[in-house]
Amino acid sequence: MEIIEYIKLVFSDYTLRTITLGTAVLGAVTGMLGSFAVLRKESLLGDAISHAALPGIAIAFLITGSKDTNILLIGALVSGLIGTLWIRGITSKTHLKSDTALGLILSLFFGFGMLLLTYIQKLPDANQAGLDKYLFGQAATLLESDVWLMTFVTGLCLLVLLLFWKEFKILLFDKDYAHTLGFNTKFIDILITSFIVLAIVLGLQTVGVVLMSAMLLAPAAAARQWTNSLGKMVFLAAVLGGSAGVFGTAISATQNNLSTGPVIVLVASVFVLFSFIFSPKRGLLFKRIRLIKNRNDLELQKTLAFMYHIVEDHEDVSHPHTIRMLNNFQGYSRKGLRKLVDKNYVELEGGMWSLTSEGFKAAENLYNQNTKDE
Amino acid sequence: MTAIQNKHNAVFGVSMQRLNNGKIFMEKIAVKVDDLTVAYDYKPVLWDIDLQIPEGVLMAIVGPNGAGKSTLIKAILGILKPIAGSVTIFDKPYKSQRKHVAYVPQKGSVDWDFPTTALDVVMMGTYGGLGWIKRPGIKEKKGALEALEKVGMLSFKSRQISQLSGGQQQRIFLARALVQDASIYFMDEPFQGVDATTEVAIINILKELRKAGKTVVVVHHDLQTVPEYFDWVTFLNVKKIATGTIKDVFNDDNLTKTYGINYKVSIQK
Repeated sequence: MEIIEYIKLVFSDYTLRTITLGTAVLGAVTGMLGSFAVLRKESLLGDAISHAALPGIAIAFLITGSKDTNILLIGALVSGLIGTLWIRGITSKTHLKSDTALGLILSLFFGFGMLLLTYIQKLPDANQAGLDKYLFGQAATLLESDVWLMTFVTGLCLLVLLLFWKEFKILLFDKDYAHTLGFNTKFIDILITSFIVLAIVLGLQTVGVVLMSAMLLAPAAAARQWTNSLGKMVFLAAVLGGSAGVFGTAISATQNNLSTGPVIVLVASVFVLFSFIFSPKRGLLFKRIRLIKNRNDLELQKTLAFMYHIVEDHEDVSHPHTIRMLNNFQGYSRKGLRKLVDKNYVELEGGMWSLTSEGFKAAENLYNQNTKDE
Repeated sequence: MTAIQNKHNAVFGVSMQRLNNGKIFMEKIAVKVDDLTVAYDYKPVLWDIDLQIPEGVLMAIVGPNGAGKSTLIKAILGILKPIAGSVTIFDKPYKSQRKHVAYVPQKGSVDWDFPTTALDVVMMGTYGGLGWIKRPGIKEKKGALEALEKVGMLSFKSRQISQLSGGQQQRIFLARALVQDASIYFMDEPFQGVDATTEVAIINILKELRKAGKTVVVVHHDLQTVPEYFDWVTFLNVKKIATGTIKDVFNDDNLTKTYGINYKVSIQK
């Protein structure tokens, strides 16, 4: 399928439109909430919750015998919440650290979920097939009603975020202090965590248990690279998450046999990679460039300062000296000298160098600045 | 204190002190801690602490590592739940008096890479007065800017907090507490890891607070500077060893009792 044909289809084809909208909304809400998880250093919480949701899906099916998405997701929600509570319980009641608690609950619940799934598969009932789609997700099964539900939760989440923005911010930054100001930190805590659990559960059908945490973390990690403001970070994470949904769906729809969930996650990972390298302030590339530039600048400054010391005692600052003299100075290089000439700080003639008056002034400023700092 | 004075304190919630000239004067008790006991596991971190902090003093809490200094402040502020004991602020339970109390936590207790600016952190000091949902407005911003100016950080207001030095971060925390415009300030090691210039700047602010009649309680590590910076001191090592004016209790005897070793520093008084 060609891209243009695809774009036409998004507007005309019901299924494709539903999936595109669904993944976009899902990406936006998980990106938004993921920012909070990342800033609380609870990146792995999402992973644990999504894995903990699996037995809930299986048990909901065993009890009701229905494969209705909403019923199964309620099961997922309940077991996801139980998992979260247990994680909180383990960290507060034992000496175990949160990473241990997360790993423990994740593998325990996931193992139990897989056990139930294999048990269900062997049941003599034609109805059982298809539950394993929750492992890796199957965006094609999204219905319009699912998208409406996601939109409703996203709207609710947005409303709560706007209302409790300052409470969320202070809880994330300094929980103890928030407590002394009289805020019920437990309530805010539960509010944030509940929405994270809700968003994860909503995404299980599309992205699946295994990859769901990437939907939380990747947009937030990418967004953090571009801004130093919490508001902008949350907004950007929502935009990046939504875009990952749209592009992921487009790529998987135009290529055969590419499952949507993993493609969305890969697109989000590309965003992360791009941000890590190219963001102007925190990106690796510009950091490296700044480092090299600063080092080169310092090298030149050192050479200039050395020249200044030689020239200082002469009446005529532009009195020529031999280049050989500079060999005594360790940071000296021909390349550096040429750069100083380019900057019009130094003039070369034969084997002699001389400072221009411009160069002398620059060196003087440099010298004053450095001594002032000391 | 005599039995009569004790009885008087119990009735009026004020403390009487005998001054040099023999007169007794009364002052209000800002913070009153009764029978406070805190434990993390089986081992008590604080044991049966009774403490009265008069209004308007600048008090240091000193003691060795693990003596429970930070824990005492956290328990007073309700961040930690004590096993037993009660805390009253101006004779009323702490919970109803929160707006009178400001807290400067240890600098290391937060992640300074959090995406926010210096001004934004100081603005957080206004959140308590605003209560739930309401956003800070022009008035709050003005207060925050004034506090930044007081700590000499106004020109850094838009700086991302990770770009600040340790001393500057400490000043930001101090400014955040100043915005609260409280009557009682609890500070957890505000001098930790700051350079001499910042230390002087901070102590000047503390002295200004005292001049304005505020009560300031500081967890402090440097015994040498205690008599110079503070007028009251509390010695703590799980139990309360002593509390009182520098003149009355800052002596080798109490230092030895608190730190366990024979403390023979003749610190200048």
